[in-house]
Amino acid sequence: MARTGPKNSALRVLVWLGVILAVLTAVLAGGTMAGQASWAPKLALDLEGGTQMILAPKVEGGSEINEDQLNQAVAIIRQRVDGSGVAEAEISTQSGRNVVVSLPGTPSRETRALIQASADMNFRPVLQAGPGAAVPAESLTPVEQLPTPTAEPTNGSDVNWVTPELYQKFETLDCDNPSQDKQERSDPTKPLVTCEPASANSPAIKYILGPVEVKGSNISGSSFQLQRGAQGAVTNEWAVNIQFDEEGTAKFKEVTERLYQFYIAGGGQSGSDPKAQFAIVLDDQVISAPRSLAVITDGRPQITGGFTEESAKALSDQLRFGALPISFEIQSEQQISATLGGEQLRMGMLAGLVGLLLVVVYSLFQYRALGLVTVASLVVAGALTYLAIAILGWTENYRLSLAGVAGIIVAIGQTADSFIVYFERIRDELREGRGLVSAVENGWKRAKRTVLASKAVNLLAALVLYFVAVGNVRGFAFTLGLTAIADLIVVFMFTHPTLQLLARTKFFGEGHPLSGLDPKSLGAGPLYRGAGRFRTPAEKPAAAAALRAKNTGATAEAERRMTIAERRLAERQEQLAGSSKSTSKEGK
Amino acid sequence: MATSFAKFGNELYTGKRSYDFVDSKKIWFLIAAVLVALSILLPVVKGGFNLGIEFRGGSEFTVSNVKTTDAAIGEKAVEDVVSGSVPRVANVAGNTMRIQTDKLTEDETLQIKAGLTEAYGVTDNEVTSTFIGPTWGADVTKQALLGLLIFVALAAVLMALYFRTWKMSLSAIAGMLVTMFITAGVYALSDFEVTPSAVIGFLTVLSYSLYDTVVVFDKIRENTSNLQASTRRTFGEEVNLAVNQTLVRSINTMMVAILPVGAILFIGAGLLGAGTLRDLSLALFVGIFIGTAATIFIAAPLYAWLRQGEPELVKQAERVHQRRAQSAAKTDAAASPATA
Repeated sequence: MARTGPKNSALRVLVWLGVILAVLTAVLAGGTMAGQASWAPKLALDLEGGTQMILAPKVEGGSEINEDQLNQAVAIIRQRVDGSGVAEAEISTQSGRNVVVSLPGTPSRETRALIQASADMNFRPVLQAGPGAAVPAESLTPVEQLPTPTAEPTNGSDVNWVTPELYQKFETLDCDNPSQDKQERSDPTKPLVTCEPASANSPAIKYILGPVEVKGSNISGSSFQLQRGAQGAVTNEWAVNIQFDEEGTAKFKEVTERLYQFYIAGGGQSGSDPKAQFAIVLDDQVISAPRSLAVITDGRPQITGGFTEESAKALSDQLRFGALPISFEIQSEQQISATLGGEQLRMGMLAGLVGLLLVVVYSLFQYRALGLVTVASLVVAGALTYLAIAILGWTENYRLSLAGVAGIIVAIGQTADSFIVYFERIRDELREGRGLVSAVENGWKRAKRTVLASKAVNLLAALVLYFVAVGNVRGFAFTLGLTAIADLIVVFMFTHPTLQLLARTKFFGEGHPLSGLDPKSLGAGPLYRGAGRFRTPAEKPAAAAALRAKNTGATAEAERRMTIAERRLAERQEQLAGSSKSTSKEGK
Repeated sequence: MATSFAKFGNELYTGKRSYDFVDSKKIWFLIAAVLVALSILLPVVKGGFNLGIEFRGGSEFTVSNVKTTDAAIGEKAVEDVVSGSVPRVANVAGNTMRIQTDKLTEDETLQIKAGLTEAYGVTDNEVTSTFIGPTWGADVTKQALLGLLIFVALAAVLMALYFRTWKMSLSAIAGMLVTMFITAGVYALSDFEVTPSAVIGFLTVLSYSLYDTVVVFDKIRENTSNLQASTRRTFGEEVNLAVNQTLVRSINTMMVAILPVGAILFIGAGLLGAGTLRDLSLALFVGIFIGTAATIFIAAPLYAWLRQGEPELVKQAERVHQRRAQSAAKTDAAASPATA
């Protein structure tokens, strides 16, 4: 092995590590400049303060909820929370059963009621439609020109539902900034002013809707498929099918008969009378408002027009979900004060720092100058972990929780263990009488296996906990896994190359007493005999008699003077003296 | 001191100084059995663990920046609203109070919140309320236990593959179980609340316990891999030597792992009182210590004991004893290698 070989490769590896750190830093800096990331890791609710609700969905009739419905439930709740103007809410499912809602701040009683309420789907006829933006103040309809009812409305599409107040509300409504807090559920017997939120292929639209005419619970099923043309050939247009139950069929027939008149009167296919539209309303938001192109008598309407496969599936899911009202029971609601979380974090950090300092002192005491390598390695591992958490917070919205902080603090010990295992191996090699350079190489070969095997156990634990456990256990598992990976990177790319280089310095290579790798103190030289000497305990009975008879110093001397080759030879001779059968493989 | 610690390491390495972990296994197993039995009996006698609110269910209020940490004020504020209830009031940090009650209605919650605000003389946003359903803690624990079972099964397979013997897996898991029971016993003894955080700590302890065992077992694997070709030591002696040779590492690692945890437990708990960090760190503090000890005193001797009956190893042990008898017959003591 050429003298420069390991040295160059060590330098190369260190440069690579530098590159990795620089790239991660650059990524984070770039994100920060772009105003999307921040230098500080994102904090979870328990550190930032806020409210966490855990909701258990309950299906009417008490049947088990399936994954599909749960995802639907999450979508619904997300819509509700966003609609109530709460920014930065996080909604996730938990263990396939519950929905976890995390909100900064404290939700109002209305928001809470809204989140808990069961999904509310119904069909309302459209009275008036308009673009989603608010009408500018200068072009608002003057008070004297506002539509005024002239009689009691006779059916759902009667314009007499529209009062001056309702029309004003309609004009000032801005669908892009739903600033107003969502109040109680709308009254099904009254008209409603609401929006159809903007989607990928259409801007927001606002509507004045008539009273509820068909309820979501009248839907018995929904599917989506590629539309069939007049000849029954499959076209490439997606369509959503609804199926009503008996009551729904009757009501829907009645409604479409009326709406179809508006469709014909408005000019059929090219017409644009909004009163020909029948809005599907979920949680007081319009999700679709198709025109009635025919009278549907069999309770099986089909909705077509501009669907992609995804949007058709989404609508179909929503319809099915609306047909099966799920309400939510609040299992637990935790309000976490930001001050308390911050206090916990500060103390945790403080305790962690004190712990780290103790580790530094201990390793310096144990390993002298080598302890500095431990400290430097821990610093590099810390930097990697920090960068990873900050970047993941930006890209994956990972938030550091208190449990996560604990995970990091626990990881200090396990990270340092890799270095300890490695150093002890090097010392073992020195005790065998090797020079430092080859001791580092050989010790690394053996330590590498141990480190990889033991970290595999840690990663396994982190992975299993992350995928199986719930709640804050996951945050903990995540940091545990993250630090295990950071630790592997550091031990391979920092600690080992650094030692390879240090082994070639005078201070370490010649085994300065303060280097922590002094062959003398490691028993490869004359043993230190002084006041600080250990009293040897009584050895094992079998050997004790023989040993006590001997001069222990001589034993050490004899041992020390034997080279490895001599020792092997002695072993072989002993073997020959004993039984000659030799199988090198270990039995099971 | 450091010099002597290095020397201590040298003597352990050469076998000149040797602690008997394997041969006196009966003593260790007996101690472990007694401790495990105590750990099982203690909660039974005490009537179970001190379960946190996550397992009991109920409402919890936190009042920060209080002027006085008098628990009676909090108790009175609760009883004014719900008569006859027995709230648990604790000072959880410098000037933060925690009041736990049975489950309340929303109105009662709001009333108590107002009462506490007034009683402790704090502002409205310094009182937070939490409501926790009893199924929540059970849920966390159920999932955690499931995770544990999966982890142990996978870890056993992993170790069996890596070490190429299931006996190592078995020994490692036995050591882990001992750790688990004793850590739980300490929890019952200390009367710390069992919270989901404590459950997390518990899981970590078990992974640490296995982790630590793998490191020591790796050295055992190395020492015993060429055993058949040697008559220097018997299998049990080789295992014992390996444990001795890694003893310095075991002690150092335990110290380094336990120092930060200890800092959290003693500093953090002193300043913070109850909370996620304290619950976690107690489990870890006890667990890391017991886990390290269990590796040395339980897992390694158990492994030696499980394998020493194997015919191959029995023959090898015979050869070793033969060789020793011969060399003892020779009076040339210097040629005999150091015994372990």
